[in-house]
Amino acid sequence: MAELSSRLHLLGIEGMSRKDILPYLDLAENYVLLSRSRSSPREALRGRTVVNLFFEDSTRTRTSFELAGKRLGADVINMTVATSSVNKGETLLDTAATLNAMRCDLLVVRHGQSGAPALLAQKVDAHVVNAGDGMHEHPTQALLDALTIKRHLNRLNGLTVAICGDVGHSRVARSNIHLLTAMGSQIRLVGPPTLVPSVMEELGNVMVIHDMDEGVRGADIVMMLRMQKERMESGLVPSMREYFRFYGLDRRRLRLAKENALVMHPGPMNRGVEIASDVADSAQSVIQEQVEMGVAIRMAVLDHLARSEHTP
Amino acid sequence: MNTLIFENVSILDPEAKKPAPGRLIVKDGLIAGQLPPGTEDAPEDAVHIDGGGAALCPGLIDLRASTGEPGAEYRETFTASLDAAAAGGVTTMALLPNTRPAIDEPALVRLLKARGDEDGRVTILPYGALTHGCLGQDMAELGLLSEAGAIAFTDGPHAIADTKRMRQCLAYAKGIDALVMQHPEDPSLARGGCATASERATRLGLPQIPPAAEAILMARDIRLAEMTGARLHFAHVSTAEGLELIRGARKRGLPITCDAAPPYFYLDEREIEGFRTYAKLSPPLRETSDRDAVRAALADGTIDAIASDHTPCDADDKRLPFAQARAGGTGLITLLPITLSEVAAGRLDLLQAIRLLTSSPARLLGVAGGTLRKGRPADLCLFDPKARWTITAGALAGGAQNTPFDGRDVTGKVIGTWKNGRQTFGEGLGHDA
Repeated sequence: MAELSSRLHLLGIEGMSRKDILPYLDLAENYVLLSRSRSSPREALRGRTVVNLFFEDSTRTRTSFELAGKRLGADVINMTVATSSVNKGETLLDTAATLNAMRCDLLVVRHGQSGAPALLAQKVDAHVVNAGDGMHEHPTQALLDALTIKRHLNRLNGLTVAICGDVGHSRVARSNIHLLTAMGSQIRLVGPPTLVPSVMEELGNVMVIHDMDEGVRGADIVMMLRMQKERMESGLVPSMREYFRFYGLDRRRLRLAKENALVMHPGPMNRGVEIASDVADSAQSVIQEQVEMGVAIRMAVLDHLARSEHTP
Repeated sequence: MNTLIFENVSILDPEAKKPAPGRLIVKDGLIAGQLPPGTEDAPEDAVHIDGGGAALCPGLIDLRASTGEPGAEYRETFTASLDAAAAGGVTTMALLPNTRPAIDEPALVRLLKARGDEDGRVTILPYGALTHGCLGQDMAELGLLSEAGAIAFTDGPHAIADTKRMRQCLAYAKGIDALVMQHPEDPSLARGGCATASERATRLGLPQIPPAAEAILMARDIRLAEMTGARLHFAHVSTAEGLELIRGARKRGLPITCDAAPPYFYLDEREIEGFRTYAKLSPPLRETSDRDAVRAALADGTIDAIASDHTPCDADDKRLPFAQARAGGTGLITLLPITLSEVAAGRLDLLQAIRLLTSSPARLLGVAGGTLRKGRPADLCLFDPKARWTITAGALAGGAQNTPFDGRDVTGKVIGTWKNGRQTFGEGLGHDA
């Protein structure tokens, strides 16, 4: 296994090289096998405290981190902070001070504002893992997506990946763009101009396509994103049925992609809005596997960060 | 009062064609005249100030600044703002009205002026609110505010969104010959945004404001100014497109003016990297091409003046995720050195730069000052144009420390400030003959 880098925090994929990324995937492969055999190394984080600090609700991600921490033997504490507080910022820094006083070792942060985990990382002594910040990044999601892809296709380079839907507001999309382009794959961003602004082409080796058929055609992977209802209410999309008609992934469209193209979704899905139910449940869908890989990746991330203390 | 003689200085008279070595005499708080070096006709009891080759110009007239008072004293008190002004060479300061309460009552205008007079270091010129509470709805009592001493009218950092209301405000202001200043940003297009639309903001996942939000509002307001005949001024124009609109309006003979603020010709949106909230300003820092357009417009005269845009924030305002942090930076201390960077770069000559900070804002506001003419109040700024220093947040005069220029090496430092002949900043400069 390649040497892991000595990063203290995992705040984003941007700036990570292939060399930084691969060791996480390799370590996670081990954890997939160990998890499946129910023999996770409970001594790896024994005596360490992992705090899941969630300023936004996310049962799936929080549970995934919780399981990862517990499978490594850590004490895991979940803290959910009300986002209705008028002084969110004060709460953030006050919480940082409290966590420092409690001497937690690893801090997993989900926040509705881009950059919030980076700000916390400046103020806390613990290793910070970004579990999703605003529209910025969701690095563990990109890593778990990469692990899923690698296990199916045996490579992360030379692939054509269509990321479809509300790309502009998506931290999952940003992290995947950074990761997959760093690994040498081609990215297509597919959706209406209100959700996929043309400025996104400036992000690097990506192509913006507003026609879903064209975007999906010949792709190795079709990665669908969750469409949020408020996007419709705020006038970005006229209606759900129109959205599904033009940008939903159904069987006909999926046939335009490569044979056996992978269908991915970070979940939770809106069936009938961005993805048809039969596609979500088809043999090409790896959506449930993404969830499984999520635990393994998060084990790898927590383990690596905890170990990095001892890296010279 | 006494007599002051500034010697060994390079006199930067905005009305002159070039800087000139010489002596400046101040008698009883008024400028008594300039003399060539070496002439001996000073009274015996005069205090001699050896400038050591430094530059002497009129005290700076800041076209637009904010303080924390009233209502947000924790950001910066009135007195601390005046400390910063004096240390920045500023002797006259026009204050925005978006305080709490907003300056929409004649008594508040009088109060601010009186507080400035009481302190004595800086002449305070309060802007009056254009609408009640700076809320963009009901027109404020422009006439009464003007009588009380409001220098011009604006809603500060909020543009008036309602086109009809803006038209009414301009028409009424025309009737009392008042200047209206507008923050050029279409509020609905900018709603929720915190960074200029760019690749960087996209990558950082920050809600964006398209640069066109500026030009769209400016185009509307120029047309309204044309309809009403009002004098309209645009604050801190930050885009190439906005500056082109100014040029077009001028060609048509419209009384449209504008200013720049130092961040928009010295910095660009690269500063927000790492979610650096000191660089969160309103309007947001733009891309390099827009910054270059502002530089060019300073040089070619499209921009009438340079304002500090001093916006004090306290640490908690800025120690927040970027989108939640308060927009704005301090600017009084850095106004002169950042402006001088344009001189160092060869884009402005020294007197041109001084005019943008003195006589031009005086002309825009219709006030005396910004001159070294005989008989005028001795508001003066002495600065060393060659002194190099590093702008450091935490070590600035005044209260708030939220400078977007933190860590920048600059050239040019104020070494003394005088208001009506009384020294308000600087030490150890004067000695008896």
